[in-house]
Amino acid sequence: MAAKTPSPEVVGQVDHHPPRKGWMDTKPEFKPGNYLYAAQPQNLEGVGLANPRTWNPLDDDWQLPADWKGTVREGIAERLQRYRSFKLFMDICVRCGACADKCHFFIGSGDPKNMPVLRAELLRSVYRGELKTAGKILGKMAGGRKLTEDVIKEWFYYFFQCTECRRCSVFCPYGIDTAEITIMARELLNLLGCNIDWIAGPVNNCFHNGNHLGLQPHTFKENVEYLLDDIEEYVGVKIEPTFNRKGAEILFITPSGDVFAEPGIFTFMGYLMLFEHIGLDYTWSTYASEGGNFGFFTSHEMMKRLNAKMYHEAKRLGVKWILGGECGHMWRVVHQYMDTMNGPADFLEMPINPVTGTVFNNASATKMVHITEFTADLIKNDKLNLDPSQNDHLTVTFHDSCNTSRGMGLLEEPRYVMNKVCNNFVDMAPQVTRENTFCCGSGSGLNAGEYLEMRMRGGLPRANGVKRVHEDKGANMLACVCAIDRAVLTPLMEYWVPDVDCCGVSELVGNALVMEGQGEREYNLRGEENPSYVPPPEPEEPEGEGEAEAGEEGAE
Amino acid sequence: MIGFLFSAVAVLILCGIAVAGVWALDLKVLFGVIIPYAAIITFFAGLVYRVLDWARSPVPFAIPTTCGQEKSLSWIKPNKVDNPTTSGWVILRMAFEVLTFRSLFRNMKLDYREGPKIRYSSEKFLWLFAIMFHYAFLVVLIRHARFFLEPIPGALVVLEHLDGFMEVNLPFLGLGLPAMQLSGLLLLGGVSLLLLRRIVIPQVRYITLASDWFPLFLIIGIALTGALTRYVVRVDVVSIKEMAMGLATFHPVVPDGISVWFYVHLFLVCVLFAYFPFSKLMHLGGVFLSPTRNLPNNTRERRHINPWNYPVKTHDYHEYEDDFREKMIEAGLPVEKEMSEPEPEAPVAEGAEEEDK
Repeated sequence: MAAKTPSPEVVGQVDHHPPRKGWMDTKPEFKPGNYLYAAQPQNLEGVGLANPRTWNPLDDDWQLPADWKGTVREGIAERLQRYRSFKLFMDICVRCGACADKCHFFIGSGDPKNMPVLRAELLRSVYRGELKTAGKILGKMAGGRKLTEDVIKEWFYYFFQCTECRRCSVFCPYGIDTAEITIMARELLNLLGCNIDWIAGPVNNCFHNGNHLGLQPHTFKENVEYLLDDIEEYVGVKIEPTFNRKGAEILFITPSGDVFAEPGIFTFMGYLMLFEHIGLDYTWSTYASEGGNFGFFTSHEMMKRLNAKMYHEAKRLGVKWILGGECGHMWRVVHQYMDTMNGPADFLEMPINPVTGTVFNNASATKMVHITEFTADLIKNDKLNLDPSQNDHLTVTFHDSCNTSRGMGLLEEPRYVMNKVCNNFVDMAPQVTRENTFCCGSGSGLNAGEYLEMRMRGGLPRANGVKRVHEDKGANMLACVCAIDRAVLTPLMEYWVPDVDCCGVSELVGNALVMEGQGEREYNLRGEENPSYVPPPEPEEPEGEGEAEAGEEGAE
Repeated sequence: MIGFLFSAVAVLILCGIAVAGVWALDLKVLFGVIIPYAAIITFFAGLVYRVLDWARSPVPFAIPTTCGQEKSLSWIKPNKVDNPTTSGWVILRMAFEVLTFRSLFRNMKLDYREGPKIRYSSEKFLWLFAIMFHYAFLVVLIRHARFFLEPIPGALVVLEHLDGFMEVNLPFLGLGLPAMQLSGLLLLGGVSLLLLRRIVIPQVRYITLASDWFPLFLIIGIALTGALTRYVVRVDVVSIKEMAMGLATFHPVVPDGISVWFYVHLFLVCVLFAYFPFSKLMHLGGVFLSPTRNLPNNTRERRHINPWNYPVKTHDYHEYEDDFREKMIEAGLPVEKEMSEPEPEAPVAEGAEEEDK
């Protein structure tokens, strides 16, 4: 079924020279590995999206709805009226090309339509050709073109080949943000029922079951219980968190991917241990069991519909504030959209760290705090008992997530935490970190299996940055604060830099935490023998009470 | 390359129109009075219209692109310029953007080698050419105020003096040229380099539209005809000033004896002004309105209001509990409502394997 991904040697040969033919005269070639499967009708129906049908991007006829052209024209006009960003970005680009080589998909594919400027032109040309007088009359000479089915196919191909990472907008002299344009284009495509299933499925799941994976309440709880068993086994501590508990002080929400698959589950175990360690009065929710928001990759409206769960559940449970786990786009939504869409959160209280007393003034309106802000505060106030030598076999480097870097500015908090829970932390080059960070190549809902080749291409610049710090400074662990990253950087590293593994920052925290009543930490949270584990010295004195070796042995 | 030729030819045709109109048809009033007034009105009215038109669309979400550390914990130093949280710092960020082209200064170039081995090197040429061009254009524009002001303000004289510090008299040619103006040189140099860049760099050539070539050729035409009137043709500056003063004081006059080359220059300037509001040149106004730059990153601290925020259909907790009540009770999860009626004996719904997503 899925295409065989060519070897790194083949994929790595990229020609960045544009073809002779002008871009308006070229068409994308849908090939296995470079396009995403179409949304299944039931996933669109489940949330009331337009034009549910069974179709395939390889079909000639995409079964667009009647008067689809009118729908698109009206859709563009309506969005121009609603979003100044969109209107402005349609008009002011001077095509200086500063953005051209900033896109990871352009670097990894060489396809000129992956230059952010051209990606935007795919939509701008229609805006001019269909809505502007000069473009209608002068056509191509005024940069305009007409709406055709080929244009829709091209949009589908390229607007699901943009991860909304915003790297281009850092370098644009006018701050033109291709993410905004991609968001609008995807909204337009959704008006025609042209979504991808890897987004539509999670959206439908999240709407009905509370999370992208579609875990039902009992299953969510069971999954957490498996992880609790693992913690008991490897750490020797029994933890009993609560679910859907009214009256808890804090509601904790994180992406559901972390309760489901490796290596995210190890990050999840880190959370469980951290909260146990400090005796936090918190609860999980099976209803608001998704931090991520694939609605954001569908439309502004769908983003709002899915995000509403967070405040709704916080209100129902009567918590004081919300703590959020590691996730990239979740935090863009929480930080820049949530309060505007679903606030005001006047039923919540100013977030105060119950352990340190620190007031999180920066979250005074939204009332939601990032886990690394929270952990950094705990460490700074010396509230955690840490043994960073547990991570001594690791040389950790850090992948800045696009959304938390360029849509928030969370840069130092994770670095501070990592430097306290590990003894060996090295950064990648400044050209590829912080606001200059490169996308994992699979963000914004593109992390589907059928898309592997394109994901490896898009992730190449990221991988190359890791490769360099691996070769120069011996980095062997790539930490991140994003659930999608954890899921996709693992195969990306396997493909490009096989000696480097991937983990969440909170997994490193979990491994370094010295828990009260813990057993020997011979095993890390992954259940692997920990190379940094130093067994306690043999009790030589005969008067030893023998309680040391009696300690709860973690291993079975 | 059709756009390239189209634009170059268009500018030549515009020159031809001016020559034909003034020299052959003697339409001096049209080219010296009517068109300049029309162009200037179009420019200002168009500019205001476009900006107001953009401003009419609201900013539903605060979406600044953050380029530095956020303000969070008191002991972590925030980057106040690149990640501003107050209007004051936003103004500073915008000032850097508008006055120093800060984002362009960040530019770096991809260096993709076998391996693949990817590196990024500093690339300041675009920034340099852009700064050269824009500031030179500004100085040239200000310098032209001397035609519209009497007496000429001292500040302008100082500026001209600074601008003309390269006294190039080329005595060996016996021409005795007026002082060479640095701004003019930089303007022509900057715009030519920007043009050259578009021709030479394949990717940039590929993305260039006719509407990108055209203003470049137009401005080159303006700079060349300007230089021509100043250094070669030696137009009658006194008459031109008389004409300019007439336009400025709304008592237009069309003195005789002004070279046709001046009219060509003037006409191209008029075309530029009139074309401006309908073109990408509106980035002049747009840069101030860009929501990724002109908003503070304080959205968790202060609620940003979306004027068209509308209610949406959600799936609330009670609907969710209705869907899963039995399973929740079975799993020991708290529920709001107990089961309404005793269910008939049924096999316990096993945690059906959810789809792998």
